[in-house]
Amino acid sequence: MTQMALVIDLNVCVGCHACVTSCKEWNTSGESGSLADLNPYDADPSGTFFNRVQSFEAGSYPNAETIHFPKSCLHCEDPPCVPVCPTGASYKRKEDGLVLVDFDKCIGCKYCAWACPYGARELDEERKEMTKCTLCVDRIHDENLSERDRQPACVLACPTSARLFGDIHDPESVVSKAIRERGGYQLMPEWNTKPANHYLPRKMTSASGCGESGCSCKTGSAEPTPQTLDAQLERGQLHLASVATRISRTPQ
Amino acid sequence: MNPAFSVVFLTTLSGAAQGLLIALVGVETGSNLGLFAAPPTAFYVMGATLSVTLGGLGLIASFFHLGHPERAWRAVAMWRTSWLSRECLCLPAFLACAFFYGVAHWFGSPWSLALGALGVLASAALFVCSAMIYACLRFLQEWATPLTLANFVLLGCASGFTLVTALSAWFASSLTAGLAVCACALTLAGCASRSASLVRNARLRPKSTVQSATGIKNAKVVQVSRGFTAGAFNLREFFHGKSAGTLRGVKWGFLATAFVVPIVLLALGAGVHSIGVSVGLLAAACLVQYAGLVAERWFFFAEAKHPQNLYYARVG
Repeated sequence: MTQMALVIDLNVCVGCHACVTSCKEWNTSGESGSLADLNPYDADPSGTFFNRVQSFEAGSYPNAETIHFPKSCLHCEDPPCVPVCPTGASYKRKEDGLVLVDFDKCIGCKYCAWACPYGARELDEERKEMTKCTLCVDRIHDENLSERDRQPACVLACPTSARLFGDIHDPESVVSKAIRERGGYQLMPEWNTKPANHYLPRKMTSASGCGESGCSCKTGSAEPTPQTLDAQLERGQLHLASVATRISRTPQ
Repeated sequence: MNPAFSVVFLTTLSGAAQGLLIALVGVETGSNLGLFAAPPTAFYVMGATLSVTLGGLGLIASFFHLGHPERAWRAVAMWRTSWLSRECLCLPAFLACAFFYGVAHWFGSPWSLALGALGVLASAALFVCSAMIYACLRFLQEWATPLTLANFVLLGCASGFTLVTALSAWFASSLTAGLAVCACALTLAGCASRSASLVRNARLRPKSTVQSATGIKNAKVVQVSRGFTAGAFNLREFFHGKSAGTLRGVKWGFLATAFVVPIVLLALGAGVHSIGVSVGLLAAACLVQYAGLVAERWFFFAEAKHPQNLYYARVG
């Protein structure tokens, strides 16, 4: 069984909120309908979002770290929000493991939101229906999009690639490897909801050079950049500085 | 949690209606067994009318909880998994039983006790469904206890028996003293189980912490920003925004008005000889107890701390 999920790398999230805004942009104009914004330019604004970036501080000054922490629906493998729904509007899809809401069946009783320990669901104030992250269900299977674009909007928007997307039940997928190799963990494991989304813990790294042979800092790089232009093109990693050097040395 | 008045009124009104029907069927059983003289038909008819009215008002209140009340009929679909869906089946079933119980007495049908027994079953099932809606949410630790079910049953029966005591003072005053004793006993039992849950909840240690919510391995983790300054569903639904002092006031207020004052009024009302004074005192007991139970249910929601609040601790 497939279980699509996000794996969020807390080492590289810079808290820029690009995933928040791209999520809102895609989903308010997508198939699932608009997401309300009440009084957006007025006192007491309020709106529906599927994704939030929060910030936490760990430790005490001067040994304090700031951790930016994106949170959306975790698409639990045992979602407590689904069995409580009286109408069957909330469901977990067999084919890709997404937890979704059939908006036309939702009566807006909010019981599923009470039953989610993560606060991942938001009742839209205008539509009066429960809404939540769909992992961009209207993108990830859309064959009209190029394969690269068949990913959630938040993943595509992330400037630091802090968000990985894939099938956590496929041991060879990029997300499974990341979870395995980098100690990916789940939120609130005490409730046995088995969230599909995982987080990669922050690892302290000592300061080191940039690892590029073209750079003057010259500190440890296991794999130096190939010197010839053809080899660089082969690798798909063009090093413009070294290319410029090579051409200038060509005899006239 | 932020208490929703629609649900507060639904559970208190329908609880009283259920307790009232159980009390009526109890009286009918007792008089059939020859324990006391049979009360007049009007007593049962008025009782059943009151029960249907209260339950109906509860049902109407529940619609105000819904974003799309016109789709409410869909709520019976998932009775295999959802206690809310089961409640949506049991409440109309209970109302139908109470209605036909009254009709049976009106027409002097011999089937009244059988219908009443069915009503008691529906009432019991409805108590279980209503309470399990809350008790089944394992991470709302204040609710996830058998005491939730005990409280729903005992408080519903206590208010129902207080109502039936007031009715008996009007229609069958020979029963008043006995019913007042039952109402007092149930009110005391409700007070005991509610106090037990208050003590239990005051000692609870939340299983979820900001560390388990974020997975950050550090003894000191604090939120510095929830990520937005605007309003949101998560803030409106899960925070009541009342001070600890208000909560304490409501707690002592409902302990007095739902339990202590009604017992005093019941004792006085059952003790006086004048029917007018007795009816007045017992009606006051019903109203005071109902107000107390509304406060109790409000507090029941307000005291539950949802783990999602860990993610919405600070604006920034």
